[in-house]
Amino acid sequence: MSEALNIIKDETLTYRQELIALARLGESTDNTIRYSEAYYEGKRKGALCDLNEGVMPYRPRYICPDYDLLFEKGCAFLGIEPPTDLLEAVNALEIFYAHVPSITTYPVYLGDLDKLLTPFVEKEDPAFAKKVLKLFLLQIDKVLTDSFVHFDIGPEDNPTARMLLELTEEMQLAVPNITLKYDPERTSDDFALACIRCMLKTAKPSFANHRMFVSEWGEDYAIASCYNGLKKAGGGFTLPRMRLYECSLDASDADDFLNRVLPHYIDLQLEYMDKRVRFIVEESTFFKDNFLSTEGFVKQENFTGMFGVVGLAECCNNLLGITDKKKGFGLNREATQLGVRIMDAIEKRVSEHVAPYCDAFDHRYRLHAQVGIDTDGMQDSPGTRIPIGVEPTMLEQLEVNEIFHKYFPTGTGDIFKFEETYIKTPEAILPIIKGSLANGLRYFSGYLENNDVVRVTGYLVKKSEIEKLNQRKQSLNNVTVFGKGAQDGAHALDRRIQKHGE
Amino acid sequence: MANKAPINKIISFSNVDGPGNRTSIFFQGCGFNCLFCHNPETINLCLNCGICMEKCPAGAISRDEEGRIVWDKDQCVSCDTCIQVCPHSSSPKIRWMTTDDVMQEIHRSAPYITGITCSGGECTIWYEFMLELFKKVKEINKGCLIDSNGSFDFEQDPRILEYCDGVMLDVKAANPEWHRTLTGADRDMVMKNLRYLLAANKLYEVRTLIFPDRDRENEETVKYVSEIIQDRCFYKIIRYRPFGVREENKKLLGEWTTDEKYAEQYAQLARDLGASKAYVV
Repeated sequence: MSEALNIIKDETLTYRQELIALARLGESTDNTIRYSEAYYEGKRKGALCDLNEGVMPYRPRYICPDYDLLFEKGCAFLGIEPPTDLLEAVNALEIFYAHVPSITTYPVYLGDLDKLLTPFVEKEDPAFAKKVLKLFLLQIDKVLTDSFVHFDIGPEDNPTARMLLELTEEMQLAVPNITLKYDPERTSDDFALACIRCMLKTAKPSFANHRMFVSEWGEDYAIASCYNGLKKAGGGFTLPRMRLYECSLDASDADDFLNRVLPHYIDLQLEYMDKRVRFIVEESTFFKDNFLSTEGFVKQENFTGMFGVVGLAECCNNLLGITDKKKGFGLNREATQLGVRIMDAIEKRVSEHVAPYCDAFDHRYRLHAQVGIDTDGMQDSPGTRIPIGVEPTMLEQLEVNEIFHKYFPTGTGDIFKFEETYIKTPEAILPIIKGSLANGLRYFSGYLENNDVVRVTGYLVKKSEIEKLNQRKQSLNNVTVFGKGAQDGAHALDRRIQKHGE
Repeated sequence: MANKAPINKIISFSNVDGPGNRTSIFFQGCGFNCLFCHNPETINLCLNCGICMEKCPAGAISRDEEGRIVWDKDQCVSCDTCIQVCPHSSSPKIRWMTTDDVMQEIHRSAPYITGITCSGGECTIWYEFMLELFKKVKEINKGCLIDSNGSFDFEQDPRILEYCDGVMLDVKAANPEWHRTLTGADRDMVMKNLRYLLAANKLYEVRTLIFPDRDRENEETVKYVSEIIQDRCFYKIIRYRPFGVREENKKLLGEWTTDEKYAEQYAQLARDLGASKAYVV
């Protein structure tokens, strides 16, 4: 059977999923952008990976529109007037979302929804406002059927955020993903505890280190997709990744890796990014004629390239000849220190590279700890995480995270699975989040064991939906299939459980 | 020579040993011998008999020059065989630590915790050590709680209460004979502490275990405690769980966990009697 026929005959795919798969297949027939032979060789070896981003990018990978502008002046192309009440505001957003592209074809950033909607929510009867928000969330879950769809709340407490949290808990949906921008001086304990309760029951929101992001991006940043820090009215052009374990297979030892192999692959990935960024800006029409660009909802200079890495743990273990993961990266000082040397080297070389465009970032790309994909298996743990199955105590895991999170302005994070008793003691989690963010953790996610909605590597799925795929039935959420792959291949849901008394 | 105490284990993060996230320090040794003890390996100090050394599958236990049992953490595979074969309700995995040793671990968890809790075993056996430790913990502005069986006379020596935010007191039984059966010890000092700590404003919480089908004993204890504490401290009604309980004792107390609804009746009784902060775990 041809690949196209395979897609069409796959009974687990919805119509929309088939359409997306067929479009990818069509795109892959082009070979306009050519890379060096060394790049293709790296890709064949699995050392470099394009995350199936498509050979001919016709839009940036991640787009974070300026929704304030939409509410301020409306949208001429879509014929939207500035909203005057909650119904008009929600309607404007729903229409707009349908026209925001991304790698997934769905919008990966829905806005800082509490800030956007509060002026309208305040003017309505609370019960009516909540009903409107409920239908809004239902619309998102059923139409933007992809867990990389993401909105932000905070840092301050507000009635809209509270309603969104209550509805999230009540509705138990995997879409959308949510982030609380946490600032110890602006986020009250009471609001943070409400977020923790919701997080335990629905695996969201996650906690972003607001101060850290502001120091790197300014106040106008968005958390989009899994946990990606990006500039509002901007986004990410492209995100390829170095699979560090596979890279390390080329090296004879750690020094050889640092001196020869690592620079080789970094430069190839930079070559790949440069060519794609130029293509998006110069050849594709996105920045020339898409209304998002022409009406100022995004500005080309606010985009940067995301330099991804994955599998630092396995890379370090391999270079040091460590075969027992329990004695490796994250649990062994020497392996963790090698990780620091590798990340320092990557950060330095990438920051020395003058990138095309990326004007708002001094013409530099920014690092991203990629969370892995469904076909990775056990060989590359997400970003700089300690491998699933050998996690030390939560304290030790946090300490390792705190070392590595600073390298990744475009996103990294870790996920903690809590035992059932924590549902009664959310106040035991708050000091952990506060302490870790103060110590340099960038992004904290958690969920309760035995939940249906769970966080896989960065995105959310329902275990009951994975079960549907296991039974060869369709799942509306495009991301469920990634969750199934990550669980089947990398046991991603079997992470350590934080129990009482451990 | 610095003051040392035998520490069974230190848990960096605990959500069940007082409010917030706490580092819990489990001391070795207890004057009670409770039938339901779920960590009986904390009851006695090691006698250096060597039985665990012979049975350890990982070769992690040896003797030092003076014949004392030594446990090698790095060799240990955490199978707990040593604890299961110990005939003296003890453990070879005990570290004799100074307060500075303990503080080193507390410093590490300090950014993430609300405070510490001393537990056991029975931590008040190591009173002077704990006093020294609490003074140091207060210097870094963290809370200190004591989890106690109530066998220490706090009224006679209240020095530690100045540094301690509160005591979590086990009241295992109100009936003197049932207390003796359950714990092997008299109840009078426990009751004295119940009243004294409450009056001193240092009673954070009372805990009572509810046993399956022990209507009379359960009711007598809950009534007794509730009438005294009223709304002035938490009252944690804990369901008996057979996990970790020695086999011979399960036969007397039950092979199953106390039903939640059954336990809830006693929390309700406590609240009806004025102990408004009673709850089941």
